Amino acid sequence: MQFNIEINEQQVSAKRGETIKNVLDRIGIHVPTLCYLNGFSPTGGCRMCVVEIEGVSELVPSCSHLVTEWMKIKTHSPRVLKARKVLVELLLASHPDDCLYCERSRNCGLQDLADEMNIRERKYHGKRQLVQIDKACTSIVRDPAKCVLCGRCIRVCDEIIGVYAIDVVGRGSESRIGTSYNKGLNMQTCVKCGQCIMVCPTGALSEKSSFQVVLDALNNPELFPVIQFSPTIPASVAEEFNIKASKDILNLLRAALKKMGFNQVFDSSMAADLTIMEEAAEFIERYNKQVNLPMFTSCCPAWVRYVEETKPQLIKNLSTTCSPQQMMGRLIKNYITSSASQKPENVFVVSVMPCTAKKHEATTDRMKDGTSFNVDAVITTRELVKMIRMLGIDFNSLEPESNDTAFSMRSSSGNLFGISGGHLEGLMRTIHFMMTGQEMSTLKISELRGLKNKKEARIKAGKNILNVMAVNGLAHVNAVIDDIEANRTDCQIIEVMACPFGCINGGGQSLGSDEKNLKTRMKSLYDVDDEEMIKVAHKNPIITDLYEKFLAKPGSGHNKELLHLSRIIPETK
Amino acid sequence: MTKENLETLLSKHPANKKDGLLPILQEIQTEHGFLTDELLAEVGRYINMPVNKVYGVAAFYDQFRFKPLGRFHIQLCRGTACHLHGSSTYLGELEKQLKVKAGGTSRDRRYSLELVNCMGACESSPVLRVNDTFYPHTTPEELTRIIRSLKEITV
Repeated sequence: MQFNIEINEQQVSAKRGETIKNVLDRIGIHVPTLCYLNGFSPTGGCRMCVVEIEGVSELVPSCSHLVTEWMKIKTHSPRVLKARKVLVELLLASHPDDCLYCERSRNCGLQDLADEMNIRERKYHGKRQLVQIDKACTSIVRDPAKCVLCGRCIRVCDEIIGVYAIDVVGRGSESRIGTSYNKGLNMQTCVKCGQCIMVCPTGALSEKSSFQVVLDALNNPELFPVIQFSPTIPASVAEEFNIKASKDILNLLRAALKKMGFNQVFDSSMAADLTIMEEAAEFIERYNKQVNLPMFTSCCPAWVRYVEETKPQLIKNLSTTCSPQQMMGRLIKNYITSSASQKPENVFVVSVMPCTAKKHEATTDRMKDGTSFNVDAVITTRELVKMIRMLGIDFNSLEPESNDTAFSMRSSSGNLFGISGGHLEGLMRTIHFMMTGQEMSTLKISELRGLKNKKEARIKAGKNILNVMAVNGLAHVNAVIDDIEANRTDCQIIEVMACPFGCINGGGQSLGSDEKNLKTRMKSLYDVDDEEMIKVAHKNPIITDLYEKFLAKPGSGHNKELLHLSRIIPETK
Repeated sequence: MTKENLETLLSKHPANKKDGLLPILQEIQTEHGFLTDELLAEVGRYINMPVNKVYGVAAFYDQFRFKPLGRFHIQLCRGTACHLHGSSTYLGELEKQLKVKAGGTSRDRRYSLELVNCMGACESSPVLRVNDTFYPHTTPEELTRIIRSLKEITV
């Protein structure tokens, strides 16, 4: 039902069931928020969005208060502004005030609020919180002293990721966001996806930085630094430097990375092609024997950790194929650098990933050959952007550089790994070819595209009909697992990505991205798929070359040691 | 607390239901004295609630302890009436004599000291409780006597 309300002495039409904030957003009046998170039900906890309603004695939070007919609202009256200002001042009372050194300086919700309220002095002096920084985790650093208790991290962790790694501990002024027995994130069910970092308004949550390690490696004359980047990186970097994400950006990025001092630049999409080949062979073997189905993909390290920690009964269903990052690392160290006459121990492999869980993946023991890791350092998109700025590289005056190493050639299937459903799409193209010897009639699988949390498709490969599913947002996978455990058998392959909508929205991406950014990033990946000539992994000349010269047939021989992982499958009780 | 004990305790409550959380935690504490992470994990598994959430609830309430109690658990009332009758000076005396901090347990686990808000016996203030024995109208002399007798008992 439509009716009129009055906002700041202006008549506005509103619908029953809308919150005040909905109406304000629509007509373009900004009220500050802190605990509000788009797409979630409001909690009304921070009170930052309070407004004054005529005839109501208290200020009400606009995020959770519903509109009623002829309500008279003032959004920026002196009383409201004063209340907001005091709220921010109270939050600042016990804040460490180390903005100059803070990771989130100039990109901080609290700093913005203080600025918006024009706070120029410390009015209240609270007791400083003496809390330990939780930095034992390989991916995420937690500094509770900077936390404003908005609770956004908890909601994302519970409702989107569904791992419940953190919660409010204590009561009243003693409340903290913490973990069970204050044991630290690395002792929890945390999957290191980094979605909590993406919603944290302050510097309380950040990635474990490898910034200095990489800079040191670049300046170490004994090392041979090389870099690989994930398919989502070009579009995200373009966004950061305000360049249109066109075809050129890939070559611009290559030029920038070379200028930073990396000897060779690799595209992880090429390794993704190899992942597809191995995974396809692995699936066909499983399918023919009808064992360990459905097969779960294993490229998302957060998902792999979730299975290993929480659902060990499904480890046997995980694909044993390495993720593209690790595969690339292994290829670089074992094969590519030998042709560049470098000793593997001198090669320093850096990878740029939109992901914090990849940091964890790269440091697990099984990602080691002898004493050296396959990938020596992982940096996120954010760290890369900082590094490009620090090294004074001007993106706009760069000369695009075409791929110098032959190993940069990739199919557009490998490029699709950055998005939920994309990995599966690429995989199905090759599975179809391997099963029938023919390409799919239409390579595009539109059922697997779009911003949805669960996508299903039915694919006919000769006589076989394959049901496949792509799930993103780890919390959504539980329903699927329940189905399978209740004997759902019609599904053969399930692709899981922990972050909502896949790596384009990963925990290492630029902060403050909205749905529009996601759509641009998604579009840029699908555009590549439309425009490029090589659309399937098995047609990538590098891949065929690798299999001829260096590797055994997909899924066999020494590929098992090089490109697959042995997982410890627990005995069933 | 043995596994069997815990299982019998849990079996009195419905599985996969969060309603039972507080009574379960209280019963465990009565039996075991304090809550451990292993016990919370078992409880979480039984009522189908993530262990971090169980800890979050337990940490909200003052009644739950995460450290073992001493052989002698001393509760000192800090309610208004007790405070006015000088219980705050008793706190310093207890901490000094028994080498235990408020809310803590001494290293030899002989004493633990807890401050409570009210014991509901304001007419007898100041009140002190050691294990199950109440000491109403405690005078400073009496406190010294209590401390001495606690030190003398061999366990």
